[in-house]
Amino acid sequence: MRTIIFRFTAPYLTALMVLFSIFVLLRGHNDPGGGFIGGLIAASAFAIYGIACGVAAVRRALGFHPMAIAAAGLFAAVCAGIFSVFAKSGFMTGLWIFPKFFGTEVALSTPMLFDIGVYLVVVGGISSIALALEERESD
Amino acid sequence: MAEIEATTGGTLALALPFIAAALAPILKRIFGAYAGWILALAPAAAFAILFSFLPTVTSGGVVSFGYEWIPAFDVRFSFRIDGLASTFGLLITGIGTLIVLYSGGYLAGHRDQGRFFSFILMFMGSMLGLVLADDLMTLFVYWELTSITSFLLIGFDHERERARRGAIQALAITGGGGLALLAGFILIRELAGFNSMSEILAAGDALRVGPYYLPIFVLVLAGAFTKSAQMPFHVWLPNAMEAPTPVSAYLHSATMVKAGVYLLLRMQPALGDTALWTTVLPLFGAVTLVMGALLAVRATDIKITLAYTTVSSLGLLVMLIGVSTEYALIGAVLYLIAHSLFKGGLFMVAGSVDHGAHTREIGKLGGLARHMPITFAAALLCALSMGGITPFVGFLAKEEIYHALEHGDAWHVMLMAAAILGNALMFAAAFIVALKPFVGKLPETIHHPHEGSPTIWLGPLVLGVLGLLGALFYETYHQLFSIPMASAAIGAPAQIEISWVPHLNLAFVLSLATIALGIVIYLASNAIRAATGGALAAIGWGPDHGFDQAMRGLLRFSFWITSRVQSGRLDYYMTVTVMVITAALFAPMILGGALPAEPQMPELRFYEWLVVALILVGIVAVVVAKNRLTAIVSLGIQGFGTALLFMLLGAPDLSFTQFMVETLSVVILALVMTRLKLSPADHRPMREKLPDAALAAAGGAGFGLFLLSVVQRPFDPLLSDFFERYSYAIAHGHNIVNVIIVDFRGVDTMGEIAVVMTTGLAVLALIRVRVGRKGLAQPDPTEATP
Repeated sequence: MRTIIFRFTAPYLTALMVLFSIFVLLRGHNDPGGGFIGGLIAASAFAIYGIACGVAAVRRALGFHPMAIAAAGLFAAVCAGIFSVFAKSGFMTGLWIFPKFFGTEVALSTPMLFDIGVYLVVVGGISSIALALEERESD
Repeated sequence: MAEIEATTGGTLALALPFIAAALAPILKRIFGAYAGWILALAPAAAFAILFSFLPTVTSGGVVSFGYEWIPAFDVRFSFRIDGLASTFGLLITGIGTLIVLYSGGYLAGHRDQGRFFSFILMFMGSMLGLVLADDLMTLFVYWELTSITSFLLIGFDHERERARRGAIQALAITGGGGLALLAGFILIRELAGFNSMSEILAAGDALRVGPYYLPIFVLVLAGAFTKSAQMPFHVWLPNAMEAPTPVSAYLHSATMVKAGVYLLLRMQPALGDTALWTTVLPLFGAVTLVMGALLAVRATDIKITLAYTTVSSLGLLVMLIGVSTEYALIGAVLYLIAHSLFKGGLFMVAGSVDHGAHTREIGKLGGLARHMPITFAAALLCALSMGGITPFVGFLAKEEIYHALEHGDAWHVMLMAAAILGNALMFAAAFIVALKPFVGKLPETIHHPHEGSPTIWLGPLVLGVLGLLGALFYETYHQLFSIPMASAAIGAPAQIEISWVPHLNLAFVLSLATIALGIVIYLASNAIRAATGGALAAIGWGPDHGFDQAMRGLLRFSFWITSRVQSGRLDYYMTVTVMVITAALFAPMILGGALPAEPQMPELRFYEWLVVALILVGIVAVVVAKNRLTAIVSLGIQGFGTALLFMLLGAPDLSFTQFMVETLSVVILALVMTRLKLSPADHRPMREKLPDAALAAAGGAGFGLFLLSVVQRPFDPLLSDFFERYSYAIAHGHNIVNVIIVDFRGVDTMGEIAVVMTTGLAVLALIRVRVGRKGLAQPDPTEATP
C-alpha cells in the first residue's frame, strides 16, 4: 500500500478531507450534511492517512487518543442538552443566539454544539477502531 | 381521633440518624474516643422528638407527614405515627442511643470504628423509616435499606470468610423475602387500589374478603417470615452473629428481626383473623419457638445461644399474632417490648463477657461475678425478665400469653404446650448466659478478667433496670406503650390491666410450672446439649447446609445456561441472530396475513436500471467470489449502487451517509479479515454451506417482503407534514433530516452516540486483549519512523 505516490498525496488528501468534513458538519443544518456524515468523512480521512503513513503518524497528528476525542464529543452533546435545563426550558430544547461578527449575523445554538458532539464521537469512535485494527496489520 | 401534621419534627427525626451516619467518620477522626457520645446525640434527639408525639398517640391520635414523590404513580414519601409505630420508634431510637454508646466502648481503638458508626446509624435511620412509613413503596424502600445495611454490618469484618458468608446469606434470604413483599405490595396497590397503610387499615375487611387474599397473604408472609427468621428461613440469624456484638444486640434481637413481626402486627387488622392466618402463623410460630429454644440450649457459644433464643422468641410472637385474639395480640405486644429490652441487654452482656474474658464458650467461662459485678447485675436483671419472673416486664408478657391461650380446644392446648416448653427452654437459656459464666470457679484459661468502660456496662444495666421499672410502674407503662401499640395492632382500643402482683389463676400456675421445668432443663443442660447435638449429627442435614446446596445448585445452573447460550463461536451467534430476525420478520406477516401483494414493476429511467444492474452484479460477485477479500469489496459495490439510487431518487443526505458507511465498513471489514487467521477462501463442503446459504436467502427474502409490505401501506403524511412545517419555524433549519437528528429527536441521537462510544471502547478492549495475550503490546519499531 505504501507506494511513494500514495504516501506523498495522502497528507494533502487527509487535510482536504478533514476541512471538507468540517464544512459538511457546519452546513448540515440547512443543506445536506451534518455531524454524522462529517464525522464519517473525517474518520475515513484518518484511516487513509493511517494506511499511507502508519498509525503512529496519525496518533501524533491527532494529539489526543481517539477515544478521548469521542468522550469529549459525548460530553459536549450532553452539555448541549443540559444548558437548556439551566435556561429554564426542558432538557434538549434548542437555544439560539444570533450575535453579529463584523456585520455578519452568525447563528449559534445548542443544536449546533450537539451536532459538533456527534461529529467528535463519530470521528473518535470510528478512528479508534480503524487505527487499532491497522496497528496490528503493520507488524 | 386526632390527626396532627408534624412535617418538621417528623422529617428531622427520620433524617437525624442519616446525617449522623454521614458525619460519623469525620467526627471519629476529630473526637476519637468521644465520638460515640457525640453521635449518640442524634438517636437521642430522634427519641425526644418521638417522645413529644406521645400525648397525641396515647390519646388515640395519629401524627402524619409526607411529601409527594412520584405523583404519576400515586407514590408518596409519607409517614404515619400511631401507637404501633410510636412504640417501635421509641425502642429503635432509645436502644439505638445505648448501642451507639456501647459501640464507642466495645470497638474502642478499632481501625474502622468510624465506618462502623456510619453503618449502624444508617441502619437506625432505615429501621425508623420502616416502622414510621405509611406509603407502601416508602415502606418497601426502607425495608430493603435495612437488609442492605444489615449486610454491611454482618460483613463488617470482611476479611473473615465466615463473616462474608453470613452477610451474603442474610442478604439472599431477607432480600429474597423483600422481593416477595414488593410483589405483595404491588398486588395490593394494583388490584385492591390501596397505596398506603392508612388506606388499607381504613378499608377494614376489603383485603380479607377480596379475591386476591391468598396471593397477598403468601407474599406478605414470605417477606415477614424471612425477615423475622421463622423456620426454615431462620438460618441466617445464627450466622449473622459473625457481626460485632453491638450489631447482634441491636439488629438481630431488638430491631431488624422484629420488622417482620411489625409488618404482621401492622397488617393484622386487614389480613388477620382468617382461617388461613390462624392456621399458618401459629404453626410456623410454634415450630420455630420450640426448635429455636432447643437449639439455643444446645449451643455452646453464649452469643449463638442468644441468637437461637431470639429465633424462638420471634416464633412465639408470630404464633401469638396468628392466634389473632385480643388477648393474644396484647400478649404479643407486651412480649415484644419486654424482649427488646432483655434480649438487647443480654447481647450486650455477652459482648462484655467476651470483652472481659476473651471467650464466649460456655464451657470455658465461670466465676466472673467477682471481677465483673456490674455486668453480672445487668445480666441477672435481664435474665429474670426473660425468665418471666415477677416483678419484671417479661412476667407481664408471659401471664398475658398464658391467659390468651387458655382455651379448651385441642389446637390451643397444643399451642399452649409449645409455649410452655419454649418458655421453659428459654428460661434455661437465659440463665445459661446470665448465670453460668459468673458463678463457680474462675478457669485458669481466663487471664485478668475485667469490667469494661462505663459505656459498655451502661447499656445492659439501663435496659435491665427499665425491665424492672416497666413492671413496677405498670400503669404508666401500659398507658404510654402497651395500650397504644396493642390498640393499633388489634384495630380497636385495647384494655391492659395486668400488673406485677401475681394472682392465683391458671396462668400463674402455668407460669410456676414453666419456671420449674426451666430449672430442670438448666440443671440438665449438659445432657440435653449432648443429646440434641447427637441427634443433629445423626440427621446430618440442616437448612444451613440446604442453603449452601441451593447456592451451589444456582451456580451450576447458571454455568450450564451460560455454556449453552454463550458458545463463544462467532458463526453460531450469527446463525442464531439471523434465524431470530428471520422468524421475527416472517411470523407476523404469515400469522397476521400481512404478506404483500404482488408488486408492480416500477417505471425507472434507463440509467436507474443501469444502477440496479450494477447492484445485481455486486451481489452475484459476492456469492461467486473465490476469495473472501473479493467478496467484501463486491459487497461494497452493492452498497455504492444503493447509495447512487438514493441520490437519483432525491435523498442526498441518505446517499451521502450510505457512501461513507459503505466505504468505512469495507475498510474495517478488510482490516478485520487480515487480522483473523482465516484461509483466504471458504473451503467448506457444500452440505455445510447450504444451510447457511438457505438461512441467508430466507433472511434477505424476509427483509424484502417486509419492505414491500411497508411500501404498500397507505402513506401517512402526519409526521412529514409536521417536520416540513416546523423544521425552519421552530428549529431554524432547512435540512429536515439534520433537524430531526439534532433537535426533534435529539435524545435518540444522544443514546446512539453513547452506543457508538461504547462500541468503540469494547472493540478497543477486545483488540487489546488479543494483542496482550501474544505479547505484542510493545510499540512496533517500524512504526516509530514512518
